[in-house]
Amino acid sequence: MFWLNNAHAGNTFMPPQASNFAESVDSLYGFLWYASLISCILVIGGFVYFAIKYKRKTENDQTAYIAHNTTLEFLWSFIPFVVFLVVFAWGWKIFYDMKRAPENALEIHVVGQKWNWDFLYKSGKKQTSEFTVPVNTPIKLIMSSRDVLHSFYVPAFRIKQDVIPGRYTSLWFTATKEGRFNVFCTEYCGTGHSSMLAHVNVVSMSEYEEWLANDPYKGLSMVEVGQKIYQSRCIACHNLTAEKKIGPGFKGLFASNKTFTDGTTGVANEAYIRESILMPNAKKSVGYENAVMTSFQGQLSEDEIAGTVEFIKTLK
Amino acid sequence: MSSAVIDKSKNYINHEKGLWSWLTTLDHKRIGILYMITVMAFFLIGGIFAMLIRTELFTAGKTIVDAAQYNQLMTFHGAIMVFMVIIPGIPAFLGNFFLPLQLGAKDVAFPRVNLMSWYCLIVGAAISFFSLFYHGADTGWTFYTPYSIKTDNGTILLVLGAFVMGFSSILTGLNFIATTHRLRAPGMGFFEMPLFVWGLYSTAIIQVIATPVLAITLLLLAAEKTMGIGFFDPALGGDPVLFQHFFWFYSHPAVYIMILPAMGIISELITTYSRKVIFGYKAIAFSSVGIAAVSFFVWGHHMFVSGQSEVAGVIFSFLTMLVGVPTAIKTFNWVATMYKGSIQFQSPMLYAMGFLFLFTIGGVTGVMLATMAADVHFHDTYFVVAHFHYVMVGGTLMAIMGGIYHWFPKMFGKMYSELGAQLSFAFIFVGFNVTFFPQFILGAQGMPRRYFDYLPAFEPLNQISSVGSWTIGVGFLIGLWVIIHGLLRGEKAPDNPWGAKTLEWQTTSPPPHENFYDQPKVTGGPYEYR
Repeated sequence: MFWLNNAHAGNTFMPPQASNFAESVDSLYGFLWYASLISCILVIGGFVYFAIKYKRKTENDQTAYIAHNTTLEFLWSFIPFVVFLVVFAWGWKIFYDMKRAPENALEIHVVGQKWNWDFLYKSGKKQTSEFTVPVNTPIKLIMSSRDVLHSFYVPAFRIKQDVIPGRYTSLWFTATKEGRFNVFCTEYCGTGHSSMLAHVNVVSMSEYEEWLANDPYKGLSMVEVGQKIYQSRCIACHNLTAEKKIGPGFKGLFASNKTFTDGTTGVANEAYIRESILMPNAKKSVGYENAVMTSFQGQLSEDEIAGTVEFIKTLK
Repeated sequence: MSSAVIDKSKNYINHEKGLWSWLTTLDHKRIGILYMITVMAFFLIGGIFAMLIRTELFTAGKTIVDAAQYNQLMTFHGAIMVFMVIIPGIPAFLGNFFLPLQLGAKDVAFPRVNLMSWYCLIVGAAISFFSLFYHGADTGWTFYTPYSIKTDNGTILLVLGAFVMGFSSILTGLNFIATTHRLRAPGMGFFEMPLFVWGLYSTAIIQVIATPVLAITLLLLAAEKTMGIGFFDPALGGDPVLFQHFFWFYSHPAVYIMILPAMGIISELITTYSRKVIFGYKAIAFSSVGIAAVSFFVWGHHMFVSGQSEVAGVIFSFLTMLVGVPTAIKTFNWVATMYKGSIQFQSPMLYAMGFLFLFTIGGVTGVMLATMAADVHFHDTYFVVAHFHYVMVGGTLMAIMGGIYHWFPKMFGKMYSELGAQLSFAFIFVGFNVTFFPQFILGAQGMPRRYFDYLPAFEPLNQISSVGSWTIGVGFLIGLWVIIHGLLRGEKAPDNPWGAKTLEWQTTSPPPHENFYDQPKVTGGPYEYR
């Protein structure tokens, strides 16, 4: 069905095709789309035609007594059955390939948590909310979750897999286009579900190798490190303005006076911000009783925590 | 007894007077009316929540509520519409009223159990609504673990409410099975029963078999939440995917609890307003039972990307395709019934044709979702949201509305404003397509569901969708006016305004306390238009 794909995939509202699966899924989708369109035209066109043609003429209309027709009934049971079998087998074929990563695939561990994604490379490199892969190379993602269910979805790659605490699931793909593509969480995971965005950067092999060898913070000031951490870790729940998102906005936070839910008060100094990153629920401010923040204990290095504190201090 | 001594001014409405006589009634028709009022009230609340959701989504980012409030709206919209509107909507409301009438019986088999099932719904709904004021619930109507275990405790109340409402469903199902087997009029074999009865009968079987599984699942969830017993939370040694299997083992058949009786109504409407014998009576009847049977073995198609085994996925995909066959058969039969008919464009027929239009789109997109590789892309996106609204609203709700207008003269002895009903239909039908068709495109483009916020690129289609939802709202307000106006000002209805053939049209409008003055006798099929 290559003709469907080549001729029409661009017109059927699908995202860009950027992986080895995209083209085959779109061919299947194209077939389903046209088969559906034909069915709808037959059924809807059929009854609309009958409704107009056989509109009641007089109050005493007599109608034909047609109770059934074996040939017709056999045909309209058998033909859909065959079509269903075809799409079932076709869908299975592609699904079968999706479930079998090549042995030489480059493996990356993915960990989901409320509300961002961590990407762990075998070299020890760690990324959050953004990861980089080489183009035209099979990639296998080995995935788990720190808290609740999430689902890892890359529309441009046509792949999706739920991520489950306490067990590994996996996905594989070969990116076929360089560029930056959206990653969504598609399993409902609470207040920040729709903010749990990430990106995949597809680059050439040489760029990938250079990127992998580099220290991401090389040459950056402490505040710039903090800004990077904010972009990947905090942005889902905290605004750069003073406005509440899920947690408090960061503008003017530093050195402000806080009233906590247990009635005590305090000043948002360095120690308070550090404690809020590591033990977020130790002191909750009034107005955020129901907001839940996950601890970043063990996930951020001392340099990163210091950078984050310094970055927040600049937001006056 | 000669008919001269019967007082035909007496009917089930004025048989007894006072609120207390309604709250303690054992008359299936009055219980049907109680359900009608409650279901309509719940629909109004669920509908307001739907409007708030769509209004919030009118712009990317925060529009009128914040993320936490949005998640509660989304949860209660789903839970109310599923557990309190669509599931009781046809069986408990229209089924209660018309099953005994269509069978030529005086009442259901167990009138007291029937009343009790209404109270189960009321108590369950009250518990659920209480959770709105007590911390709320934000799990979505699916209560997926381990999120539902970790989130606020308001969820327990919603879960317990659904548990209690389940008994309403089970008891109604039991009652209908017994009634269908034992109380048919003399001469009425199974193949002389109207197709609405076949739909209700198939539904009742699912209600009785599947609902207890949901009840047990919800109890396990409540036990885990309150006592920390590790069924589903991996932190306690449980398995979160097990919950999904349990949940969908009920909730997939529940989809057929919603659609089978709707298909029954459509069969009635199309034959009546085409004034023509139904095409393929036995095929429609058996396909109801067939769908009910296969519906128990397709739940895993909700879980192709959940981490269930690949083999299971393949089997579930195949079985799901099988459900498509009887569904397609029914659709073709309805279209064939219209062939060479005498078609009257009364508002119930408009709803029936609306059903055919929307349900066909819901059906073909269902096949797309049953195809594994395509579902990987569509799963948990707006494509799924659009698909199930096309089936549940485009299917079930269209059938409920058509059924209400079809049987309104019989239930209340009054006619409604046909012009108002057609106007209401136009707004609902157009608004529905404007709301949900763009969501297929949003889903194909990759917009996930249950999103409070979305990428700016998705905004234009979301705005079209929101405008559509307000249009639907206007349509239902007109519909409410048509019903209230008909009740207060409607002209007196004749016994059989549509020239229909089933037994409920042989008694007076509204029917007397025990339905028929003389026991009806059946000599042929239910749709003998000759």
